Amino acid sequence: MKSIKVLGTGCANCRNTIALVEAVAREKGVAISLEKIEDLPAIMAYGVMSTPGVVIDGTVVHAGGVPTRSKVEGWL
Amino acid sequence: MSAVPIEMADRRKLIQWLLGISVATVAWFIAYSQLSDFAEWLVGLLGLSRQTHFGEAMHFFLYDTPKVLLLLTGIVFVMGIIQTFFAPERTRALLSGKREGVGNVLAASLGIVTPFCSCSAVPLFIGFLSAGVPLGVTLSFLISAPMVNEVALVLLFGMFGWQVAALYLGMGLLIAIVAGLVIGKLKMERFLEDWVQKILAGQTAHPVDEKFSWLQRFQAGRNHVREIVGKVWPYILLGIALGAGIHGFVPEDFMASFMGRDVWWAVPAAVVLGVPMYTNAAGIIPIVEALLGKGAALGTVLAFMMAVIALSAPEMIILRKALKPTLIATFAGVVAVGIMLVGYVFNWLL
Repeated sequence: MKSIKVLGTGCANCRNTIALVEAVAREKGVAISLEKIEDLPAIMAYGVMSTPGVVIDGTVVHAGGVPTRSKVEGWL
Repeated sequence: MSAVPIEMADRRKLIQWLLGISVATVAWFIAYSQLSDFAEWLVGLLGLSRQTHFGEAMHFFLYDTPKVLLLLTGIVFVMGIIQTFFAPERTRALLSGKREGVGNVLAASLGIVTPFCSCSAVPLFIGFLSAGVPLGVTLSFLISAPMVNEVALVLLFGMFGWQVAALYLGMGLLIAIVAGLVIGKLKMERFLEDWVQKILAGQTAHPVDEKFSWLQRFQAGRNHVREIVGKVWPYILLGIALGAGIHGFVPEDFMASFMGRDVWWAVPAAVVLGVPMYTNAAGIIPIVEALLGKGAALGTVLAFMMAVIALSAPEMIILRKALKPTLIATFAGVVAVGIMLVGYVFNWLL
């Protein structure tokens, strides 16, 4: 199971990112544990400057804006 | 082996994009040159006369709406492409290790082209500081990014010509540079919140490096248009409709008595009024155009607009998470003084 974390302070882009990851995972039937990180010090600890950011199994794979669908499909 | 067909498909898409952009550019210029005739024709078609209040208001609306939307779509598309060259990580790398002065000028300029949404202001702020970008330089960036707003720039250009747009751009940059320099000189690093200082002492961030192909840049431009124009067009229509009403029905020189250039207190009053408001430039500028026609002074109105955009209360609340009240107050004070000066300069020049 992949552990996916979406980093963001709660703006529309962050919510869209979470919805997109959930939708793609459901489509592909991939089991994920999705977590939302809103705490600023925790976000900064990943070194992400522009939110939303995405962390998969501890590695930052994306930052700054909603990722494209094909990109999310590539992760899963 | 599978890489080859994908590359071919991308190539074909890129050619389609290039063709599409060429056709769209030509169509854009033809449409833009016909705006006045088009509005005239539509007003005639509706059976209205420009001699009446309503006819004049309709003409204002029918001329301004397509003009603003054309300008906005064009510039926002180009900005979307330009932004793909300036990821926040790249901007930070460009700024780290720069001395104050040069750094402030560079930071203010990069603030215009670096993409980030307002909820990223604090992470960005800390990311810059932790990479060794001085506080004053970082603030130059954070001031210019919202203040020199591409939508505002487009609208000012479309409605008042390039001189006013250039003056707005220059003054916005100047405020960002000088305010950053002043705060840098005040050595206010101790007024960062404690958790920020802890992060500064610790690790630096690792960048997420992304390479763009031209196809992706064009797609980014299109997405930018969808995002920005898709969001602001109702405000623009509303603004233009209100502006049209003012243009058609409010008597000449009505505004001169309290927003005119001879009213010395109008500029500070406009700034004070602007702070608690939070709207975007898109809705305000069409109203500005109409107000000006009725005797309001440009500097006063621009000061109001800049205060709304750069000094809004919600922005301060976001920054409060990382800055102590003293630093927030200094930041707001320096920027407010800068905006007032710009207001007076505009009133005096134009």
